[in-house]
Parts: sequence; C-alpha cells; structure tokens
Amino acid sequence: MTVRTHVLAEFQKVAQEQGKKLAPLSDSLVLLESGLDSLCFAIIVARLEDRLGVDPFNASTQTDFPVTLGDFIRFYENAAR
Amino acid sequence: MRGGAASGRMLHAAHASFDLGSLERGSCLDGRLAELRGRSVVLAVADQALAALALIELDGVARRIVLCPADVPPEHLPHVIATAEADAVVGDDAAALPSPPAVALFVARPPAAAATGIERQPQYVTEWILLTSGTTGVPKLVVHSLESLTRPIASSPARGPLPLWSTFYDIRRYGGLQVFLRAMLGGGSLVLSSPGEAVGAYLERAAAHGATHILGTPTHWRSALMSPSVRKIRPRYVRLSGEIADQVILDHLRDCYPDAGLVHAFASTEAGVAFEVADGKSGFPAELAGARAADVDIKVAHGSLHLRSARTASRYLGADAEPLRDADGFVDTGDMVEQHGERCYFVGRRGGVINVGGQKIHPEEVEAVINSHPHVRLSLVRGRKSPITGALVIADVVLSSAAAGDARALEHEIKEHCRARLPRHKVPAAINFVPALAVSASGKLERRNA
Repeated sequence: MTVRTHVLAEFQKVAQEQGKKLAPLSDSLVLLESGLDSLCFAIIVARLEDRLGVDPFNASTQTDFPVTLGDFIRFYENAAR
Repeated sequence: MRGGAASGRMLHAAHASFDLGSLERGSCLDGRLAELRGRSVVLAVADQALAALALIELDGVARRIVLCPADVPPEHLPHVIATAEADAVVGDDAAALPSPPAVALFVARPPAAAATGIERQPQYVTEWILLTSGTTGVPKLVVHSLESLTRPIASSPARGPLPLWSTFYDIRRYGGLQVFLRAMLGGGSLVLSSPGEAVGAYLERAAAHGATHILGTPTHWRSALMSPSVRKIRPRYVRLSGEIADQVILDHLRDCYPDAGLVHAFASTEAGVAFEVADGKSGFPAELAGARAADVDIKVAHGSLHLRSARTASRYLGADAEPLRDADGFVDTGDMVEQHGERCYFVGRRGGVINVGGQKIHPEEVEAVINSHPHVRLSLVRGRKSPITGALVIADVVLSSAAAGDARALEHEIKEHCRARLPRHKVPAAINFVPALAVSASGKLERRNA
C-alpha cells in the first residue's frame, strides 16, 4: 500500500466509525469541508503514526499545516521519505 | 457590569447582531426580570448571544446564576437544578425544560421593549456558578463571583482602538467567560461562535467583523490553521488556554500572525487564571513557582501546580462536596509540572484525567462503561498524545474468560457499546486487548500520567 492509499483508507474508516458523511475525496478537497472534525483528524493522525511510523504534525514547523487533502497526503509522503 | 457606554457596542452571533444599548430599553427576559430578583437561576439557553444578554441583566438581580454551556446533556439538568437549589430556569423553549415543582420557567428571547419600566438596581452580590466535569460524568458546580472572575482582567484599558474580542469557546466555560467579561468591562464588542458552527465559517465571520483579540484552545487553533480562512483574520492578540500549548502550535501561530501578541495562559475553572506567558515559548519560567506573580501565589507540591489567589473559586456546591481549597487556601490544580533547566513544563494530569481538545475526561467514567460490557473483566483508560486534540482516549481491556471470537469484531462491539452511552470525545479511539493490568498494593489500578 502507498502512503496515499493508507491515508484514503483511514479517512473512509474513521468517517464511517464516527458517523460522518465524507465528501467525495479529491486532492483539492479542503480538509475542514470533508465532513470530518478535529476528533476525526486526531484519530486518523494517531492511526497513520501506528501504520507509517511518522507524525509530521509533531515534526518540523517549516511547513504549514495541510489545508487540502492533497497537502495532507504530501505532508505524509514527505515525512515518510 | 458594563464598562463605558453600552450603545453602539455589539454582540455578534451567527444569526444576528445585538446592540448592548438595546438592554437599556428592553429585556430578553420577557420583561419578567423583577420576578427573578433574589432567585437561584439556572441559565440553560442554547444560544450564546441570548445567554450573554441574560447574564448582563441577571447580575446583581439574581442571588445565584448557574451557567450551563450548550453541550450539557439535558439528563444532567435535574442534578444541576437540585444542587444549585434553583428556583428558576431560563431556557429557549419552556416545553423542553425540566420543571420540578417550585421551579419557575422563563424563556429568553431577543430583546424587546418592556411594557413596564425596568428596574435594574443591583441588590445582590450574585454567585456565578460554572460547571466542570466530575469523575462520574455528572458536572460539579464551582462557585465564583464577578469579583473572582474579573480579578485577572487589567483595570486600565488597552491603548489604541477598542478591541473586538472573539472566542471559539462557549462563553459559559471559564476561558470563554474571560473573553466575554473582557469585552463587557473593557468597552469593546464581541463576536460569538455558535455551537456546531464550522471553523471556517466562524473565522469568516470573525474576519468580517474585524475581530482583533481572539482566544481558543490549542485544538481550536490547530483546526483554524487547517482552514483556508485562517489568513483572513488579522488579530492583534492571539490567546491560548484550556490545554497545554506546545512549541509546535506556538511557532505556527507566530509564523501566521507575526505582528500579533501571542499569549498562552494557564487557567482552570477552579483555580482561575494563574499566569500568562508571552515569550512565545511553551511552559513557563521556573522562577514563577514559589513566587508571587501579580496577586497569585504559585507552588509545586507533589509534582502538581497549586495556586492561591482571589481569582480562585471559593467552593463546590452541594451538601457532600469535597473542599475546593486546602487549609492554607491553595487550590490543587492536578496539573503535573516538571522542571527542565530554567523552565517548567506541564506533563499531564494527576489521576490520569485526559484533556481532549479542552474537555477533561475522567478515566473512571469511561472504564465504568467499558466494564459494563458482558465480555469485559477489567479496563484501564489512558490518554495518548495527539498533535491535533492534545490527547485521545485509549483503553487497555482485559477480557473475561467467556469472551471468544474475532478481536476486531469485539473491539468494534465495545466501541459501539461506549458510543451508545458516552459523548463522542469520551469513546476510546483505540482498544488494546491485554492479558492483565497492573494493580497496586492498595488494590487500585496503577495509573501513569499520560
């Protein structure tokens, strides 16, 4: 599985568990308009840390927080390198 | 309560804006304010703007006001009413309110001119009661006064144009209430968030009104930084409280708002505002502990921050309530502190209390729900650090010998069991099945600080 497929799978799983209606996933989707809230993102970030071994949110402050899903995936791709 | 002239000063809510001057001619209490004189009033209005207007009217008139945030579950209201010995409830909809005998119901509405003149001579030093989480999920009632609540607020107004305050918080919680009182006493206006409002929508409104002084938890701000609207606001003052502010969030906010004052405050409902840190670094200078900063005595005892000042609450309400202060007048915050060099850092809460996005969760409450599942023998609930919400709830579970079958299916089943009985943020984000849990010599589960 690639970083991208891991990320997309967790978005779908957490949305389902938390009873949230997920917007159609595309790279330009604004995260805060995805239907998920802070708690959902916290769970996604914890699970991705377990799966990928990285937590880019806690790493450098050189890059901005991700705003779109595409940013979010690149955030993890760069950290996993 | 208001500083300066009221007219022209605004409360901006999502659905409407209110001129504070409207209260000089009208009332949001149906002109029934006189009936509330001397009463113990539970203010359970969902709408923040109406609650704010009602607070202004009731201070000095009611004997006691209990501030219920929008997210207090309705099933807890009877306990709140009984503990506060309330004889009046103000809500949005009389039909939806509990009505024990001898409790009068009032409905708050947008201000309308009263038929009769409004007599608003303050007669009481009103008790302001805030709710905080208890170990069983039932709220505890914390007694403040306008005096203790406004102690942390500088008496001299800030120089320059009047601030336009705003907060992501509910103003019925301590942090949000500080912003409400700063706006009211400092002569400014206020932009209120709305329960359930999306972060982006709130930021757009705050930007449209020109908010200059904005308070949120680190979790609120992390969420704001993920919004395209975050650069639309131009705050002169950015304040964080309610959770540990780590260096990452402080650095991001500094980058985003290079010209703003950036302050993180330590405050709790019981202890009030203890101190503010304005150097952009996480933690606080070690020299503060053992010192008297402003009018607050600060000490670290058994690893936990203790505070004594006129800003703390006086007591918990209720016949069998525990004491809020120790014999020397200190409030034990339960926030554990470690010193590294010249700096002290918060490392978590004693008793394993978990802070998820500013909402405190007692592990015992979650454990009781998990343990009520027929296949569970024992559980330990703890926090896991999260860069988004500060912490997440995690459970270690020992299954009963009768439990069999697929672990993933069982994990799902236990989570559903919790979802049916707990608010979302208290439901474990992950469950680990373990063969046993450490129990201390005194027979208690061993908890480590998260």
